Amino acid sequence: MKKIFGIIAIALFFYACGSDDTTITTDDSGTGNTGNFDRSAMLTNWADNIIVPGYVDFNAKVNTLESATAAFTADASDLTAVRAAWLDAYTTWQRVSIFEIGPAETVNLRLNVNIYPANVTTIESNIDNGSYDFGLSSNRSAKGFPAIDYLLYGLGADETAILAVYNGAEGAAYKQYLNDVVADMKQLTVSVLSEWQGSYRAAFIENDGASATASTDRFVNDYIFYYEKFLRAGKMGIPGGVFSGNVEVGNLEALYAGNLSKELFLVGLDATQDFFNGKAYNTNAQGESLSSYLDELNAIKDGVDLNEIINSQFDVARASVSALGSFESELSQNPPSTFLESYNEVQRLVPLLKVDMVSAMSISIDFADADGD
Amino acid sequence: MIQQVKRYLNTQREAAPLAVFRVSFGLLMLASLIRFWSHGWIEKFYIAPSFHFTFYGFEWVRPFENYTYLLFAICALSTIMITIGYKYRLAIIIFFLSFTYIELMDKTMYLNHYYFISMLSFLMIFIPAGSYFSIDALQLSRKRAATPIQFVPRWTIDSIKLLLGIVYVYAGLAKLNSDWLVKAMPLKIWLPSKFDIPFIGDLLGQEWVHYAFSWFGAGYDLLIPFFLLWRKSRPFAFIMVIIFHVLTRVLFPIGMFPYVMIVSALIFFDVGFHKKIIYAFAKAVKYPQQLLETTQHYAPRNLNLAKASIVIVAIFFTVQLLLPWRYLAYPGELFWTEEGYRFSWRVMLMEKSGYAQFKIVDGVSGKRFYVDNTDFLTPLQEKQMSFQPDFILEYAHYLRDHFEGQGHQEVEVYVESYVALNGRLSTTYIDPKADLAQIEDSFAHKNWIIPFTDEIKGL
Repeated sequence: MKKIFGIIAIALFFYACGSDDTTITTDDSGTGNTGNFDRSAMLTNWADNIIVPGYVDFNAKVNTLESATAAFTADASDLTAVRAAWLDAYTTWQRVSIFEIGPAETVNLRLNVNIYPANVTTIESNIDNGSYDFGLSSNRSAKGFPAIDYLLYGLGADETAILAVYNGAEGAAYKQYLNDVVADMKQLTVSVLSEWQGSYRAAFIENDGASATASTDRFVNDYIFYYEKFLRAGKMGIPGGVFSGNVEVGNLEALYAGNLSKELFLVGLDATQDFFNGKAYNTNAQGESLSSYLDELNAIKDGVDLNEIINSQFDVARASVSALGSFESELSQNPPSTFLESYNEVQRLVPLLKVDMVSAMSISIDFADADGD
Repeated sequence: MIQQVKRYLNTQREAAPLAVFRVSFGLLMLASLIRFWSHGWIEKFYIAPSFHFTFYGFEWVRPFENYTYLLFAICALSTIMITIGYKYRLAIIIFFLSFTYIELMDKTMYLNHYYFISMLSFLMIFIPAGSYFSIDALQLSRKRAATPIQFVPRWTIDSIKLLLGIVYVYAGLAKLNSDWLVKAMPLKIWLPSKFDIPFIGDLLGQEWVHYAFSWFGAGYDLLIPFFLLWRKSRPFAFIMVIIFHVLTRVLFPIGMFPYVMIVSALIFFDVGFHKKIIYAFAKAVKYPQQLLETTQHYAPRNLNLAKASIVIVAIFFTVQLLLPWRYLAYPGELFWTEEGYRFSWRVMLMEKSGYAQFKIVDGVSGKRFYVDNTDFLTPLQEKQMSFQPDFILEYAHYLRDHFEGQGHQEVEVYVESYVALNGRLSTTYIDPKADLAQIEDSFAHKNWIIPFTDEIKGL
């Protein structure tokens, strides 16, 4: 009796933990309780349809900015073209800023092209000295989009005054600096793009496991980190005084050009929602994504439709921010109550992403290397 | 009845199982400490953070900056003494005190199995595990020409079995709830994410597997001590112990715990089995064989002390049996409020995560702002803090003191928090209108926790 019991139990156990031979038919229609979401397909969609096309477009916009800058420095008579190229590249940047993983993380792309506010003192002293090392972290706030913002909008009270600087005694130094800032951005962008087009894409997709260092887990962390720190806090929370108690207009993105920060924020918000839904770059095609992953998990869990909840909160946040005037005008109110109400709608996504989504996917946030029980 | 108890307490058994238990316990604890040290966790968890979450009543237990390493070294030294059986009683007392102190330094690090080690080592203080196959026995025979003992009170061996039994059975009882049995939660969340484990990865996404693991897990915990006790089912039960704990090791990051449980289960085996192990070891280390066959019985040197030991152990087990039920004294859902959750052998029962954003209000100027938790807490501390009310309160007090130290006056601290439990959508956790700066922690019910919106049936 004992033996039979033991044998049955052990046999049952090994059946339960079966090898690959114990084939259980998996239902791929998504209606069954399979739970075997194809993370590799999601990573491929991210890389091929979102990230790489994003960097390709951004790289093109940086190239346009480079030629527009060259044209402007050759003949500093009109700022319109170079300003337009800057805005175009800056807008596109909002779509790729999320992807701070792999090559972009290695070169710290985000810190190198978009630390704001720009440090005007450093910029001016760099121009005065005529020599500067953009590789130094102390120069990060003296280059990138915020530095160009200052150089194209902040050097004088109006366009005439700004052009006068470029055509004045120090003009050559300013032109040189502008060219160097753009060249630095170009060099960083090219290096990131070429890595993605080279070996990194395959490495990214191949790492499709479930460990803390797997692509999905790391990327979801990076994605939420971007949403929380750079979109929510950087573009709205900090200027709105959420963390300090004082409105800090000087911390707005695109400070000198003015009245752009709301639009840049909205592009960033669109980018995060499109990424969530796996929407291909600049088209409406959708592939495997965090949202389809949640749908898949929901099929097993038979719980709330988190995917819908997150998407509708994205929509609410967008509608709320869109209804605002420019951030500058909103922040001139004291207290800026409407601005802060919109911020709260943006904030509501944080727990949904950071608690609900991550918990449903069993992805740990900010990996803590420790034992559990 | 009393006669029977007296007779039981006077019964003696061969000490071999205790010796095997002592040696393996010592070695595993040493390995555990080396592992902890080599992962850099002493620095990361105890030295680097500027703030530590403390246990109620143990706020005075603090890390000693770099001397914390010394504490770990003392603890490790005691495990070596335990292993070789050198000044056993002193060694196990040092181990209990140093290990428990380590565990009390930061509540963030609380794990059921660390608590288990603390309780086990406390119990071992009253067990003569060092008097057989040990340096102590060797020295005794050389110095005084006395014969080392071979027989110890039976209750000392049985008490280890009882403690293991309590751990298993209470862990099993805790699984008898609707989330675990009816919804297969949280395994339904955890298992599919382990899809990349070789061989079984694909199966882990299957719903029936989640149910099978849940029900098997509950049944295993409830029954395994009894199958280990019964001689006929023992070998089979031990195989199950190995399979079960190796599987949990593969599936979850639970460190040394599976090995501790596997080795501890050996205590249920007969003397013959343990003697085989000891004789093999004795041969290898050239331990004199005649010291293993002495017929000498254990006789306490101080009779009052021996009686006191039995009373202490009896009280210890009463506490162990009652403490897990203290949650019944609190209103609300245990998994949600966690009032009475710790020290109750509730193991791997919840997928719970949270988000807590603190708002500081200067009561005089009316100025208000939010706190960036990463300024004060490590990622692990922030994670644990965000869904446990006592952590939230302690942190709120820390923030109050910090910002008052910065010159803010009459600081009020509010928290906007969301918690998700076992696949439910996150909901507000702490009353956002409660000024945490004013609330003192106690054993009383925390009425500033927003009640759970769902129901979990069961124990």
